Amino acid sequence: MKRFNGGYLITEGLTAIVSHGLMSFVAICIIVACLIIMGSFSLVAVNINYNLGLLEDKNEFLAYIDESLDDDVARGLQSDIEAVDNVRSVTFISRTEAKESYIADKEDSALYEDLPDTVFRNRFSVQVDDIEQMETTIDQVEQVSGIVKVSADLEVAQGFVVARNVLSGISLIMVVVLSIVSVFIVYNTIRLATFHRREEIAIMKMCGATNGFVCWPFVIEGLVIGLAGGLIAFALQWAIYELIGKAAESPAASFQFLSLVPFGTMAWSVLGVFCLAGFSIGVGGSLLSIRKFLNV
Amino acid sequence: MIRLIDVYKEYENGTKALKGITTRIDDGEFVFLVGASGSGKSTMIRLITGEVAPTHGRLMVNGYNLNSIRQKQIPFMRRTLGVIFQDFRLIEKKTAAENLIFAMQAVDAPPRDIRKRVPYVLDLVGLSGKEQCLPSQMSGGEQQRVAIARALVNNPRMIIADEPTGNLDPERSLEIMLLLERINALGTTILVVTHEKELVDRFSKRVIAIDKGQLINDETGGYYKNETV
Ligand SMILES: Nc1ncnc2c1ncn2[C@@H]1O[C@H](COP(=O)(O)OP(=O)(O)OP(=O)(O)O)[C@@H](O)[C@H]1O
Ligand SMILES: [Mg+2]
Repeated sequence: MKRFNGGYLITEGLTAIVSHGLMSFVAICIIVACLIIMGSFSLVAVNINYNLGLLEDKNEFLAYIDESLDDDVARGLQSDIEAVDNVRSVTFISRTEAKESYIADKEDSALYEDLPDTVFRNRFSVQVDDIEQMETTIDQVEQVSGIVKVSADLEVAQGFVVARNVLSGISLIMVVVLSIVSVFIVYNTIRLATFHRREEIAIMKMCGATNGFVCWPFVIEGLVIGLAGGLIAFALQWAIYELIGKAAESPAASFQFLSLVPFGTMAWSVLGVFCLAGFSIGVGGSLLSIRKFLNV
Repeated sequence: MIRLIDVYKEYENGTKALKGITTRIDDGEFVFLVGASGSGKSTMIRLITGEVAPTHGRLMVNGYNLNSIRQKQIPFMRRTLGVIFQDFRLIEKKTAAENLIFAMQAVDAPPRDIRKRVPYVLDLVGLSGKEQCLPSQMSGGEQQRVAIARALVNNPRMIIADEPTGNLDPERSLEIMLLLERINALGTTILVVTHEKELVDRFSKRVIAIDKGQLINDETGGYYKNETV
């Protein structure tokens, strides 16, 4: 087939958007709203993940060794612990070293100088690879004979993991539900457009217009609506993110210990995802509504 | 050229609109298709334009076999036909010239051809000077001329008109028929559906008469025959 007169098709598509201005405007607004809801959930999940990553720098716990074991035997346990899954590294800390670091932390260190080494226990500092499995790892290390007690500050880490998993789940559901909503909105907009132009479509078909030729303007209309939604949502998402970032930095904020991922580092990915989503929503919705013209 | 061989059409609701029609229309002919209301004339037109498919029988249109035509080929088959209706079917918000431009754009004609062809065809149907009029600013006869110009603009091999004069007074109707006769003289095949007896009898053309979905008469130089009236 010969080349299409692209100028004509694009002009038709754009003119259509202007002529059903209100419906197109509503469709764009709804797509923007859907994308921002999806985007916000995903960005919160990203931030939790990021903070989890920061926490993982402190992904260690202490395993105390039975006092009745002498130092050499105690050191010998290292290989047993290293054999446990998810353990990255194990460092032996002797009574003396433990005492020294304990005292170093105190302000009036002189008071503690006389403490006998035996007050402290030999211990291992254990680092794990995956903070999510830390609990299991701790259980397994406790099972190693010669280890009497394990101390770890699990709660913060566990809280983050749970929050992230819940959010990821919600984000996924949101993405599915809101995608369907958006496609449906575009579908209806384009269906309205084809309804407005049903006589023109009938005349075009009567004159021998190909299916592609009849449908292109509607696909372009859907595409522009989708992409416009994507771009506007991107700009708004950025603004919202920066506002939240400002609020989080203010002294009044209660979650100052959290760090926000700077938007700049994610801008391209967010833009890409939003444009791709807008593209799919727009083209998907319009193809759905014009498929009935493909076989007349 | 059109060939129908033992064509039947039964609609989804069970109406048997055509019951075994066999006929052929050669290139360059001028043919009237006559018959009482409900006899199946429009159904025959819709079969030829590929709007509906025959329930049974063989159908050839300008070299396309409609029994085996691929969906993708139907638009190209339609480009060999120009269709005219009783109700004109013009786009109300487009001027006469724009209606023609729209028809040419629909088949993706190059802008150069459009600029040359549109004034030529409007002149052929006697509408020079009315290019910028909207359908609402024209008489019925003029609107039907725009519709004829639109049917002609893509240079079809055949023009099919379903009751083109149904909405016009006798004088305008005669003018339209004379115009179609002139177009036929320029080489385009013409098939006109009508039940205006006087009009058919004024022309000495081939007349195909159908009744209750069956062919009852086919005479060249014939006149309007209708057994039921
Ligand atoms: N889409 C349809 N579905 C069901 N039956 C139909 C349909 N179109 C037409 N018919 C029936 O088929 C028969 C033939 O109809 P058709 O329109 O071909 O008649 P016609 O000769 O064009 O009549 P008229 O002179 O009134 O235009 C009629 O009985 C009509 O009711
Ligand atoms: Mg009819």
